[in-house]
Amino acid sequence: MRSMSFENQQRLLIGLRYALLILIAMIFIFPIVFMVVSSLKPDMQLLRDSGSLRAFLPVGDISLDNYADAFERVPMLQFFFNSVFTTVVSVAVALWLNSMAAFSFAFLQWRGKALVLSLIIATFIVPFEVIAIPLLMVVNNLPWLGSEGIEIGWLNSYHVQIIPFIADSLGIFLFYQYFRDLPDELVEAARIDGASIWQIYTRIIMPIAGPILATVAILKFLGMWNAYIWPLMTIRSEELRPIMVGLQYFFQLNTAWGEIMAYLSVVTIPVLLFYLALQRAFIESIATSGIKG
Amino acid sequence: MKKYLSVVLFVVLLLSMSGIAKAQTELSLWYHGAGNETERSILLGIIDDFNMAQSDYTVVLEEFPQESYNSSIVAAALAGDLPDIIDVDGPVMPGWAWSGYMQPLNLSEGALDDFLPGAIGEWHGEVYSVGLWDAAVSVYARRSVLEAHDIRIPTLDEPWSGDEFDAILEQLQASGDYEYALDLGMAWTGEWYPYAFSPFLQSFGGDMIDRSTYLTAEGMLNGEAGVAFGEWWQSLFERGLAPGTSQDGADRETGFIDGKYALQWNGNWAGINTLEAVGDDLLFLPAPDFGSGSTIGAASWQFGISSSSMNPEGANAFIEHAIQDEYLAAFSDGIGLIPATAGAAAMSEHYSEGGALEVYFGLSEAQALVRPVTPGYATVALVFEKALADIANGADVQDTLDAAVDEIDQDIEDNMGYGFGDM
Repeated sequence: MRSMSFENQQRLLIGLRYALLILIAMIFIFPIVFMVVSSLKPDMQLLRDSGSLRAFLPVGDISLDNYADAFERVPMLQFFFNSVFTTVVSVAVALWLNSMAAFSFAFLQWRGKALVLSLIIATFIVPFEVIAIPLLMVVNNLPWLGSEGIEIGWLNSYHVQIIPFIADSLGIFLFYQYFRDLPDELVEAARIDGASIWQIYTRIIMPIAGPILATVAILKFLGMWNAYIWPLMTIRSEELRPIMVGLQYFFQLNTAWGEIMAYLSVVTIPVLLFYLALQRAFIESIATSGIKG
Repeated sequence: MKKYLSVVLFVVLLLSMSGIAKAQTELSLWYHGAGNETERSILLGIIDDFNMAQSDYTVVLEEFPQESYNSSIVAAALAGDLPDIIDVDGPVMPGWAWSGYMQPLNLSEGALDDFLPGAIGEWHGEVYSVGLWDAAVSVYARRSVLEAHDIRIPTLDEPWSGDEFDAILEQLQASGDYEYALDLGMAWTGEWYPYAFSPFLQSFGGDMIDRSTYLTAEGMLNGEAGVAFGEWWQSLFERGLAPGTSQDGADRETGFIDGKYALQWNGNWAGINTLEAVGDDLLFLPAPDFGSGSTIGAASWQFGISSSSMNPEGANAFIEHAIQDEYLAAFSDGIGLIPATAGAAAMSEHYSEGGALEVYFGLSEAQALVRPVTPGYATVALVFEKALADIANGADVQDTLDAAVDEIDQDIEDNMGYGFGDM
């Protein structure tokens, strides 16, 4: 029997590698395919198909009825706007403030810097559930300048969904780690040229911080887009609820599975688009700094 | 001049009317039904009628999704931001009353005389909540299947005995026509377990807790009757008569309709959908009697008043307005649940004489037993669920029930008796 030629061996290896990669990709893609396909089926068919390969195929009684029903059941556009608004504002302000904090830790000299940084990093181990109730008490007693003058309490507002989540220890740490690895010569040269701290931050550091900005933006986006517990605790009015709370509208005595899949399909689209838009920078950030999201 | 005078008088009249309007006190009402358009429209109708019928109060509705409603109430209580009127799930009410979230109702004498027992929420001898409907469970069966196997159709007065029920399950399983003889709904975790399965335990003579003191589960959950129930429960799965904890949720929804299961233990809320699929062949049968009578769970969502309400008179007036038969019947027609009074049942589509779900009113009236009326129920329910799942999966019955009793008793002790006795 003749042994395989080198070229054939290479082809076989490439084939195996592709097969493995396709298999891994399918593991990640199949839940999304299931979600989208199920969103087109009536409840009973969806449940019956779920135990077979038909669950991944748009077969049987296919329609967009679930989407129409989901939009009817839930004020989806309002929820969508609320989530987009709170997420966009949070991400934008968080990128700005957290990067400035990290810049201070990385490039400025001030007393107690190491201790403060350690304290910030230490908050990683405190899950949100632990601070949720104390945070509720705090925001319930904070003043806010509203339409009727100064009011006490932030509950039931947009700002209660945004402000507590702007300062983010993970974001500060990621920025700090990235800034720390930049060559000192960059900052030194700017200083020698007479640049102010603000100029160094805005004109030297931030223009080359694209990958880490993308990484922090994606992580922050996901956290805000998926916000659930905090809005449950703080939001009373339907017109201020974010989109993830809206998912609960479908769990009635007889759960509307098809509508849930339709709603989830709509909810997932912005996440996918946002990730795809920043994918290149995100991967670059992981490749260059070893940061894992 | 006369013209100007009349304009001035008109403006003064308008201003005074707006003054009257402003004098109306706003009553906030939180409700768990967000996403259910039928419930929303009926409730809004009730609110509109109330707001129009009197001039002292205006009720304003805020809806929350059911799955997260309790979390929102607890958070609001912590923030001191509870509304005037809340709705509360029956078994949760004692916990909220004990925690100081609620105050007793003050309804007119006789207002609740005709109500099903499960629709009235009592805590320490006082009524804290009242429901517009109740829910019930029954055995779903096909008449044709029972007749084909020569099985007696049980009645409310003469339900299947425990032995008879067991023999029927064996017979149906042995026929080979079904994957399982009985679908208990093991795929539905959470509150379904204590709500749907504790009645079997009670019918054996046990209970999840000793209701005479509410200070221990010793002897009730792990006594002779409790162990007999546990052994029967375990045998259902060992003999392959019912799917266990690994049951697929989709099978729970479609298995009986598709003929995979011969019988199904299910609630009245699934009745209409199942009727549409199965037709007139469908029967709703009473729970079997294992020796201490047939029982089923009771108590659904009810209205109550928060302890922080500054307007309990208005809140009581609204609740009394909402529990009129016409509204009870409207809710029943809309969402399929059991109207809380016989008068409303007679007015309803499904529960009036000859209605498709008529039998459930009788079941609810005759067999309903509310879940333990204690703030500790939250723990009892969780422990009971875990114990039943463990036993179904083969754990030693006596050991599992003893451990469950220890856990329940420890929780009662940790909370100084939840307001019962001197602990």
